[in-house]
Amino acid sequence: MKGFLYFFETIKGLLVTGKHLIVNFFFHTINYIFRIKTKRRGSVTTQYPEEKREIPPRYRTKHRMMFNEEGTPRCVGCMLCVTVCPSDCIFVKAEEIEGKKIATEFIIHVNRCAFCGYCVEVCPEDAIRMDSGKLDFVSDSQKNLSLNLLFKGKK
Amino acid sequence: MNYTLLVLIKIIVLFAWLMIFALYATLAERKVSAVIQDRHGANRAKILGISSFGIFQPFADALKMLFKEDYIPPFTDKFMFKFAPVITFFFSALVIIAIPFGEPVKIGKEIIKLQVIDPDIALLLIFALSSMSIYGIILGGWSSNNKYSFLGGMRATSQIVSYEVALILSIIGLIMVYPSLRLSEIVNYQSTLLWGWIPKWGILLQPLAFIIFIIAAIAETKRAPFDLPESESEIIGFFLEYSGIRFGVYMLTDFVETIMLSLIITTLFFGGWNIPYLFSGLKLSNGTIFSGFVFPWGKQLAISINWVSILQIIAFQIKTVIVFVFLLLVRWTFPRLRFDQLMELGWKSLIPLALFNIVVTAIIIAIV
Repeated sequence: MKGFLYFFETIKGLLVTGKHLIVNFFFHTINYIFRIKTKRRGSVTTQYPEEKREIPPRYRTKHRMMFNEEGTPRCVGCMLCVTVCPSDCIFVKAEEIEGKKIATEFIIHVNRCAFCGYCVEVCPEDAIRMDSGKLDFVSDSQKNLSLNLLFKGKK
Repeated sequence: MNYTLLVLIKIIVLFAWLMIFALYATLAERKVSAVIQDRHGANRAKILGISSFGIFQPFADALKMLFKEDYIPPFTDKFMFKFAPVITFFFSALVIIAIPFGEPVKIGKEIIKLQVIDPDIALLLIFALSSMSIYGIILGGWSSNNKYSFLGGMRATSQIVSYEVALILSIIGLIMVYPSLRLSEIVNYQSTLLWGWIPKWGILLQPLAFIIFIIAAIAETKRAPFDLPESESEIIGFFLEYSGIRFGVYMLTDFVETIMLSLIITTLFFGGWNIPYLFSGLKLSNGTIFSGFVFPWGKQLAISINWVSILQIIAFQIKTVIVFVFLLLVRWTFPRLRFDQLMELGWKSLIPLALFNIVVTAIIIAIV
């Protein structure tokens, strides 16, 4: 008798996976072969380099420096971020130019950064933010992973 | 045409068919498992930037297997170690020679059977051949000279020997029903009709035998839920010491065995190349020869005999693929059985059921 129960449960299990197979296969075919976008996609995967996940607004991503309207960095070299950084990855040099203290070098070693966001919170001038939305910055050398945030060009 | 040449051509065509099917079976397994689990499956292998849902993946896999180091451990029996995968592959692939892929076709004056050989004992031959492949497994495990792989080979042997009994006993019911052991005649018999409207497919005549057969045969192919011989996830299986293309041959043999199983199931239980109500060369009552659909409600639909052959070949392929996908579904649905459960299922449930099936079949045959 137990055997019969097992048998029917096996059939039930096959029906569950079979339903997944047929339904998901149908939506895969529609979405990826006939290129018709449906709300249901048949899979939970994000095809990473082609499709990108939507990043929440407060998600901590690659750092960026804020600049004044004149184009000078907002950082005044107070060293609070350097002090608070648990990973010890921020290096700031500041000089006094025309009576104002301005950062001349602001380097973050991303390799060591833990993306805790303390530097952003502690900054009194709102100079550093982590909202660039860039998640994929990879390199084959340590050198390229020390970001010079004062460099304004594309990088 | 020269008989030898014809057989050679058939063998080459069938081998090419088998290899392509087996290569894409690896892709199908990955895709089916992915789709069942709400994933995408392999779709990254690209040639010239075209990935086309992974159709190049089997070639990438094969290339990877070929370029991996073929390491033979120094403590193994070299000859048997090299020979064992070949035995399994050879005997499981050899089953294909007896399978009829379609009705004999007439090209010119020649009548060409769409199967390599058509022996009287084909039904026994295919099971004899497929059970020979166990030698490759136990030799592979044994010649590795490693306790774990030896035990894996032992598990494979005990499992396959116990399920062989249920497999053959379930076949006896079929042998009692079918008029011959010749596979082409078995398929011919299945294309006749019972009471004028039910096709005499094996699954309809012998449903219990079908269930026993499919369970025992899945156990014979050594795939989940009966994959104790290899049990890749925890206890280690018989091909532990194999690497590179030799391991690849064992992997491919798994798929070849599954393909063979789906071919056998299609031939024995799903009417082979038969499409219900489609006849070729049917002699009507007024003496004319008719080919096409004759429905039980009397309607006739004439189709030229070439198209009938093509339809039947396509039907055979489609049935095989459906059975194959079903086997993949089974493989990705159930967890593995424990060894005592495996033996209990084999000896305490399947064999008594198969004997019961034989008795019931005999009684029904005696009455009818």
